[in-house]
Amino acid sequence: MKYITEYRDPQLAQAYLKEIRKTVTRPWSIMEVCGGQTHSLVKNGILELLPKEINMIHGPGCPVCVTPLNLIDKAIYLAKEKGVILGSFGDMLRVPGSKQSLLEAKAEGADIRILYSPLDAVKIAAENPDKEVVFFAVGFETTAPANALSVLHAEKLGLKNYSILASHVLVPPAIEAIMLDEESKVDGFLAAGHVCTIMGTLEYYPLVEKFQVPIVVTGFEPVDLLQGILMVLKQLESGRAEVENQYSRIVAEEGNMAAQEMIFKVFEVTDRLWRGMEVIPMSGYQIKEEYAAYDATRKFDIDLEEAKENEECIAGEIMKGIKKPFECPNFGKACTPENPLGAPMVSSEGACAAYYHFANLQEVEES
Amino acid sequence: MCLAIPGKIKSIEMKFDGTVRMAQIDFGGITKEASLEMIPKAQVGDYVLVHVGVAISIVNEEEAKRTFRYLEEMGEIEEELNIQDRLPDRSEYRE
Ligand code: SF4
Repeated sequence: MKYITEYRDPQLAQAYLKEIRKTVTRPWSIMEVCGGQTHSLVKNGILELLPKEINMIHGPGCPVCVTPLNLIDKAIYLAKEKGVILGSFGDMLRVPGSKQSLLEAKAEGADIRILYSPLDAVKIAAENPDKEVVFFAVGFETTAPANALSVLHAEKLGLKNYSILASHVLVPPAIEAIMLDEESKVDGFLAAGHVCTIMGTLEYYPLVEKFQVPIVVTGFEPVDLLQGILMVLKQLESGRAEVENQYSRIVAEEGNMAAQEMIFKVFEVTDRLWRGMEVIPMSGYQIKEEYAAYDATRKFDIDLEEAKENEECIAGEIMKGIKKPFECPNFGKACTPENPLGAPMVSSEGACAAYYHFANLQEVEES
Repeated sequence: MCLAIPGKIKSIEMKFDGTVRMAQIDFGGITKEASLEMIPKAQVGDYVLVHVGVAISIVNEEEAKRTFRYLEEMGEIEEELNIQDRLPDRSEYRE
């Protein structure tokens, strides 16, 4: 953990903290949706610095954590039973499927490769014309252009042996699902800066209107987070609910239009199951009919039973802000990063792993 | 896996029969290829935010350098760029 004096701009951080302490008059729950922000809040020790009235809730914004069990099983099935070369981002490898993880499948000889970019998977497909190559395309809106582009590049190269297993999730429908959930009580949101780099901020206006909840687009560095929290707090304390943009140095209102165009060339919006949560309407992307040849679920006959989630894992309640990781009976005991029961303990952006690695929050929360 | 990392465009090359702009991008001494299709205006020398092999926006030099230093201190660069070796001069930042 770092100390405030080590922040890039300690004076500014101090000033925001002071202002936060001065402004707050009652308890509020603020959710950061993005796992990168959770990671930064915990790793930089910001949670301990905030006044106790401010309860940060760590939302479902880690794509690795919300990828359904069943899709991990499918990825393993493709690698093992269909003999495909499976490309994946590194964080996915240790996430438990119903029987094993990708890493365990790899140890048993499946050809599973950790890749930096889906575009690298296209290269592998071009180099191995006699093999099928599948990229495990997880991600939020930030990652969708790259995954879409990989399909478009494969098409340009005339490749017939490339497809993606798409598990794309979208932030605004998740915010809506959380607001509609009666158990979760979120007063305001930090929206993820990099997601908005692609999608812009316009999608958040209807949500603010409908739920009268402040949403502030925020970056991921400590000073950004403190400023974002202060902006939400000021709205809450004065009874306002607006879309504000803390991260305007990077995020334009309309987002990146070229990227959006690329996304909607290949993908269309669909209902999607979030691991630990439920099916959220219109909360993900699937490949359009036009590009069906690049959709691994349509290309391969995947004969698998729908596996059940591990019932001991309370990831859903954590992502909705009903419980904190240390309230899970397995936390740090049956469930550790070396031996995770649920996905939030795996990815460095998952709330359980972040608490396990960087925080000694139990005392703080209980005091 | 959701962060975008700032880097500097070293060179640009047209690929796929001249239809796609790909760049060599320098991330503090490590070079990776990235697509410029999402930011058609980007030129050699520009700083860009890159996420999983795709440049998603142009940023100014000061912002790029500041963000890079922050990510480097936090030990996020290797993970995002999927490089196994450590960057030089970094050991003191690791847990
Ligand atoms: S500690 Fe483990 S079992 Fe408990 S919610 Fe987190 S990932 Fe699931």
